[in-house]
Amino acid sequence: MAVTTYSGAEQYNFDIVKKFAVMSLIWAVVGMFVGVYIASELAWPFLNFDSPYFSFGRFRPVHTSAVIFGFGGSALFATSYYVVQRTCQTRLISDGMASFTFWGWQTIIVTAALSYVMGYSQGREYAEMEWPIDLLIEVVWVTYLILFVGTIMRRKQPHIYVANWFYLAFILATALLHTFNNLAMPVDLFSMKSYSLFAGTQDAMTQWWYGHNAVGFFLTAAFLGMMYYFVPKQAGRPIYSYRLSIVHFWALGFMYMWVGAHHLHWTALPDWTSSLAAAFSILLLMPSWGGMINGIMTLSGAWDKMRTDPIMRFMIVALSFYGMSTFEGPMMSLKEVNALSHYTDWTVGHVHSGALGWVAMISFGSLYHMIPKLWDTKMYSQKLIEWHFWLATIGIVLYIVAMWISGITQGLMWRSFDEFGNLQYSFAESVAAMMPFYAMRAIGGMFFLSGAVLMLFNSLMTIRQAKQENAVLEAKLAAKLARA
Amino acid sequence: MNFNFKHEWIETNIGLMAVLTMLAISVGGLVEIAPLFFIDKTIEKVEGVRPYTPLEQRGRDIYVREGCYLCHSQMIRPFRDEKLRYGHYSLAAESQYDHPFQWGSKRTGPDLARVGGKYSNEWHVQHMVAPRSMVPESVMPNYPWLLSTPLDISDTADRMKALRKVGVPYSLTQEEYKANVVKFGETVAPLLHIPDAQKNLLEQANFGNYDGDRSGISEMDALVAYLQVLGTMVDFSKYNDDAFVDNR
Repeated sequence: MAVTTYSGAEQYNFDIVKKFAVMSLIWAVVGMFVGVYIASELAWPFLNFDSPYFSFGRFRPVHTSAVIFGFGGSALFATSYYVVQRTCQTRLISDGMASFTFWGWQTIIVTAALSYVMGYSQGREYAEMEWPIDLLIEVVWVTYLILFVGTIMRRKQPHIYVANWFYLAFILATALLHTFNNLAMPVDLFSMKSYSLFAGTQDAMTQWWYGHNAVGFFLTAAFLGMMYYFVPKQAGRPIYSYRLSIVHFWALGFMYMWVGAHHLHWTALPDWTSSLAAAFSILLLMPSWGGMINGIMTLSGAWDKMRTDPIMRFMIVALSFYGMSTFEGPMMSLKEVNALSHYTDWTVGHVHSGALGWVAMISFGSLYHMIPKLWDTKMYSQKLIEWHFWLATIGIVLYIVAMWISGITQGLMWRSFDEFGNLQYSFAESVAAMMPFYAMRAIGGMFFLSGAVLMLFNSLMTIRQAKQENAVLEAKLAAKLARA
Repeated sequence: MNFNFKHEWIETNIGLMAVLTMLAISVGGLVEIAPLFFIDKTIEKVEGVRPYTPLEQRGRDIYVREGCYLCHSQMIRPFRDEKLRYGHYSLAAESQYDHPFQWGSKRTGPDLARVGGKYSNEWHVQHMVAPRSMVPESVMPNYPWLLSTPLDISDTADRMKALRKVGVPYSLTQEEYKANVVKFGETVAPLLHIPDAQKNLLEQANFGNYDGDRSGISEMDALVAYLQVLGTMVDFSKYNDDAFVDNR
């Protein structure tokens, strides 16, 4: 007889949450390793090894897909399945569907990565997957939607908890974006190659509508869902303001969809479109900060936890980076700033202050909260969590500082003139000037990666420890029964 | 009538919440994307822009396959420094047959929107095989396999057919061919005729000999043919300086 001390095990489907949580950590390590590798390729180009399979252009989508969809996606599946069950006090409506989303999603990441190194790409950033993989995503995603909404429909109390609103918006928006950005004509039914339905300007607009909302919904709204459950839980306090969460939910969902065209300032996209996008980008500061304030202020009255609880520290630092990058973003969407920052490493730094600082840190915090609960034990080592926190934080700072310097340097070098009105620098000179910062960025990435490796180790040891504890418990019980 | 709205209605009704969320997230895209298909001014009216020849298109496929867009933009902005460095700012018309667009978002290397004709074929081949032998500061990967891999031309016509389905005016029938003669002229129209795709590709590759090796057609032939046409289709000497201001 299986012995379990945790009543949740039968009430809820935690098996699926466990699977996604473990895969999330594995993809974090894989994706960040590839990230460090391609960062190193830019500093030391011999690392491309004259091989098509490791060359920067084919390897970069492996990094982005593995971290966004592998690590981020799996963390979202895990936490959304956990949160929706806990807050609705009901089990997922179908174990089979849940299992299908797991195997489907993992298949997508693996085949996508393999297809990129084999040379199959749609040539659209963050949507490089070719059409057969896109179709599989569509099927998995609809299953996810049905499962999530179906579970909410079976909830035990009338209110739908706020975290679920954000997860719902993320699932709906991702379906919408994925569908329209991947409309393409395959060369034939047995060919992986396809051509986008749209061309030039319209294609660019569609892609960046997708591209920025992959950030807005996949990497923001969904992780706000995570924040709305795990921050109050970890702090042991209710959310700071319920009203604020209502206002910033609707404002965020409405406004994000307008801002994608700020990626296309000064391009052949008509000015009206990118100006409109810039205006909404500025407005977006308010709901973004509404979310940040709601998260951080939840800790008021429990600030001492910042000192004593490393998991809380992950969450608060995540919210701080969220606040910082949602200020930096609107600033970069101003046309004058964008004229300097666009096409440079500043953009790369901005993305990573959001992706490492916000997305990864809130995921780490949430997973550290959730993993011991799932396996009904304590984390194997608190010390390693502390180490992870500092490695990650130092890594982010190294990374974004390097990219700020290199980005602004590039932008200024490209536009500087000599006393005769000629260009002061050749392009190659600006490339040479980047070398130390590319090295510094790679080192920052290594710090962040080593933190993730510690977390994977710590979590695997936690799971092992839980199994041992369980075995001891069973043995005791068996002995007791034998005596009786 | 006293309409006393309560957010609680939405919080307790998942159907209503899903519908309202869907509405909220649909507006932005509709307002910003849909008009681009209908406002005539979005794409400038200029002469000279034509679909790619079969060889150039195959080169473009390789450009997409290798992820060149991750380090090279194809979109020159209307700034003084970019004009000096790259040339006239890019027009929407110049990428009207680009499925997908390759404007890019990052310049780890320089913009390529007008790289056509700037360097010799020999320079490109040498630079692709060993970038640092031409530009010591470069961090570009070496692409030796482009020279050693024969170009797969078996599905050239299928690729053009797929592009035709998404709107590129390649001709399949005689009527379409005649329309292309009117639209692009007698020298260009035959190059866009799908039944002659393979013949056209072989002719251009053999005549152009882009990779400097006459023994066969390599992927390098196609890629260099593509790079050499980039940004060369519009003759800007025909237009005065503010010809395109209205389109912005």
